[in-house]
Amino acid sequence: MEKKGKKKVLKDMADAVNEDDDSCWWFVHKGIESSFLCIAVFGLLVRATVSLHPYSGAGNPPKFGDYEAQRHWMEITINLPVKEWYRNSTNNDLKYWGLDYPPLTAYQSYIHGIFLRYFEPDSVALFTSRGYESYLGKQLMRWTVLSSDALIFFPAVLYFVLVYYRNHSSRRKSDVAWHIAMILINPCLILVDHGHFQYNCISLGLTVGAIAAVLSHKDLVASVLFCLSLNHKQMSAYFAPAFFSHLLGKCLKHKNPVLEVSKLGLVVLGTFTIIWWPYLNSRDTVMEVLFRLAPFERGIYEDYVANFWCTTSILIKWKRLFTTQSLKFVSLLATVLTFLPSMVQQIMAPSRKGFLYALVNSSFSFYLFSFQVHEKSILLPLLPASLLATELRGPFELLMHYALFSMFPLLCRDKLIVPYVALYALFFLLYFTPSGRKDAKIHNSTTLTCLSILLTFLYLCSLLLHILYLIIHPPKKYPFLFEAMIMLLCFSHFILFVSYTNAQQWMLSRPYTLKDKEKKLN
Amino acid sequence: MEGQKFQMHETSTNSQLLFWFFGIAACIKLLLVPSYHSTDFEVHRHWLALTHSLPLTQWYFDETSPWTLDYPPFFAYYEYILSFFAHLIDPQIVDIHRGLNYKSNTVVYFQRISVIVSDLCLLYGVYRLTKNLESRKRTLMWVLVVWSPGLIMVDSMHFQYNGFLLGLLMLSISYLQEGRDLMGGFFFAVLLCFKHLFAVAAPVYFVYLLRHYCWKGFLRGFGRLTSMGVVVMVVFAAAYGPFLYHGQIQQVISRMFPFGRGLCHAYWAPNFWVFYITLDKGLSIFLKKLGLDIQAPAASFTGGLVGDSPSFAVLPKITPIATFIMVLLALFPCLFKAWKNPQPQLVARWIAYAYTCGFLFGWHVHEKASLHFVIPLALVAVHSLEDARHYFLLAIVSCYSLFPLLYEVQEYPIKVLLLLLHSILMWHSFSAQTTKDPAAKMAVSAKREKRSSSLGALDATVEKERILIGWIGKCYLFGLLGIEIWGQFLHPYLLGDKLPFVPLLLVSLYCAFGMIYSWIWQLRCIMIST
Repeated sequence: MEKKGKKKVLKDMADAVNEDDDSCWWFVHKGIESSFLCIAVFGLLVRATVSLHPYSGAGNPPKFGDYEAQRHWMEITINLPVKEWYRNSTNNDLKYWGLDYPPLTAYQSYIHGIFLRYFEPDSVALFTSRGYESYLGKQLMRWTVLSSDALIFFPAVLYFVLVYYRNHSSRRKSDVAWHIAMILINPCLILVDHGHFQYNCISLGLTVGAIAAVLSHKDLVASVLFCLSLNHKQMSAYFAPAFFSHLLGKCLKHKNPVLEVSKLGLVVLGTFTIIWWPYLNSRDTVMEVLFRLAPFERGIYEDYVANFWCTTSILIKWKRLFTTQSLKFVSLLATVLTFLPSMVQQIMAPSRKGFLYALVNSSFSFYLFSFQVHEKSILLPLLPASLLATELRGPFELLMHYALFSMFPLLCRDKLIVPYVALYALFFLLYFTPSGRKDAKIHNSTTLTCLSILLTFLYLCSLLLHILYLIIHPPKKYPFLFEAMIMLLCFSHFILFVSYTNAQQWMLSRPYTLKDKEKKLN
Repeated sequence: MEGQKFQMHETSTNSQLLFWFFGIAACIKLLLVPSYHSTDFEVHRHWLALTHSLPLTQWYFDETSPWTLDYPPFFAYYEYILSFFAHLIDPQIVDIHRGLNYKSNTVVYFQRISVIVSDLCLLYGVYRLTKNLESRKRTLMWVLVVWSPGLIMVDSMHFQYNGFLLGLLMLSISYLQEGRDLMGGFFFAVLLCFKHLFAVAAPVYFVYLLRHYCWKGFLRGFGRLTSMGVVVMVVFAAAYGPFLYHGQIQQVISRMFPFGRGLCHAYWAPNFWVFYITLDKGLSIFLKKLGLDIQAPAASFTGGLVGDSPSFAVLPKITPIATFIMVLLALFPCLFKAWKNPQPQLVARWIAYAYTCGFLFGWHVHEKASLHFVIPLALVAVHSLEDARHYFLLAIVSCYSLFPLLYEVQEYPIKVLLLLLHSILMWHSFSAQTTKDPAAKMAVSAKREKRSSSLGALDATVEKERILIGWIGKCYLFGLLGIEIWGQFLHPYLLGDKLPFVPLLLVSLYCAFGMIYSWIWQLRCIMIST
């Protein structure tokens, strides 16, 4: 221990010479953990300040918004027996914000419901609390999200950073700090969780934990964590192909693949069994819950989400031309076809970086092509992209810009424009931290100038659209003109980005094998 | 030529860094817009309306709202300028009758953003003050001032314009440190015409300027005295001239110094008088127990509301004059030093000390006044480990003593996180500063020397780093945590609604210990300096 400390100090001194003019010295000199602590407290502060702003559907009866949904679930879970949580009954009207997330969300609602009941019983009373809004109630609800973030997402990110930089000890410390800031101060995530009101931090935090476990070769832990994530929000399935293919690829490299696969399978089954235990006594109850989780009756897209179906619906009216049944099949097919290449790459050559790329690619193909996608689902591809921030740099910045932009109409409806602007500025300030730019080389080669001109053009368009959207009323004939334009811009960027990351992932396998060979030769 | 180029590049990147710090702070302040604001918000809004819709002659006579104008004229002019922009945004803000208690989004955003923008003055002050420091100390100073949690809490949540005013103070100090005394005096005079509470440092300024600027032989000295006098008079004439012309100067003065207020503010600032009052209460209870007939004072225990005059059961009554004399007495050693050896390098220390004295012994002191010395002391703190140690403790105590300002549930996590973040940042940067300088030098030599010898030296630096705060300081800070836990959780849980004033009293008393320590430390520092 003592020796380690000394070594660290020695390294510090070496760094001190190298980074003499580094303006971040005062803050990163103590190592990853302490700079993490600093950024984490700052991240919490930002979250706490965002939570001062209104939540979705504030003071907007009769349906309210996601805030009311979460509060209603607390009301249902603490007042009704487990079996009735997903069942339509006189006590539980599923048409009014019925529970439509897997059981872990229900358990989480139960715990938070108890917390709320202790301080303000009225806010979670059965029936009478519908549409309950109060000063203290809002604070308590906000604190449940804040504490979930601090207890699940933050530790998971710390775990990830420690694992990710274990072998990169030569990296500049300010770069590590920059990376931590990019992951923790993710404006989209903060706006949706602490502004709009959701608990994405839990499922995403569990996913980050699973990713970190995979990177540190604790595959069983990873499976457990990923199953938990999947059982908190079914949307985590966006990551499933990457996890599946990477773990499978790893197993196949072992001496005894069947044993490895069956170990993983058992762990997955075990985790699922424990979480679903209350519903496992009959087929009907399981089907009841499953039916709640699959919102197929809702149609292929809602509102204006920047994915393939919604964007192309400007030209092709999918909803009119095809039945829901066939649309389901087509969207499934499209999703599978798009994530298949990255899956194949991971099965053939599983690697740490490739895995992170696969996460981006598979979640993006779900976002772009699957059935019933919401604007907020952009958080899912954004998460692995932020984990790759040091690799992606320039493209990551653009992705964040468009991801935020794609949620702009939603956040406007929630009256969150000021936090949107503030977090946007904050993100770009952090991104361009004066010292963190040294190795940020954003495509200088001449072949890419065309692309960069296009990107700049799109960027300017999007900035202009922000202002137009706020100031000008669209013509009566096309009430959703601006939304459609925003969607089109974001979609075209997402397509560019996902082609880039797919290409990057495939590029990885070549140098990877080359290096391997060199090692073997040596 | 090359060197110049390099230097220019360096200053540009440095000011870029300063703007980066400011940008981050501005984002946080922008996010804080919907947070709780005190009645000071309405006070400033009313002043906007008052200056906009009434002629100058009625500014200090108006009684439409209980929040009459009680700042000096420059501040009124400042509000007058702001009110033009306010009028453009929403005319109702500056309507003297319809605007009363106006709470719409436009006024909230306008006033909040005006604070953020006026903080640019602080930014310039800090920039000027740190221009000639080495880059590490400069960065450190920026962290301490631009991200000061106290300023964020008071200005961007509670609502005031302290950042702007402190910026003027910084400007003045920066000129004094450069030896440009006339400009220093000018900016201090301007500051006094913005907020007269800053006058506590006037004796220090007077003695220092007289001795350092004017004490240059008879003729030259007299010339300098005249020029300084003219500068100050011009500033004051610009401020008070119009009122003097209209014969209202008495009214202005009476509005600015409302001595009808009590010895302590509604919430007792953690200063010397807290001990005095507590001792009085303790004695009266004790003597009553003994059977003596003690007349209970009329003011309630939690008193000190505006208009309350202090009354003590046992101890002698305190008058404004008494507090004034005490402040002067406390200032005396500093004035003596300033007279004996007026050094530009020590000016910041002396001014901070003057505000500390004003805070500890002054009449009707607000807890916010602690910012007046915590911010200038940041400049001193970056110089040595001793100073850093003192500042670390003082900054935490001063920030914590501001907690009762934001008493609502909503802001609780924010104020705690602000304090926590600041403590962590200070701890990081102070220990970085104290270890990095010797470490950097050593690393160069260590490259050539044997490893074992460098390791030995390293241990020493590591040890040095560890004692940023000693065990007494640690105990004191943990006590702070204890007080907070008692006030927030244990007290309501154990005692319910009984003795509601105890948590606040404890905060005041406990923080007062830290403040007294800081005062003694500063006094000692000034006495031993040569």
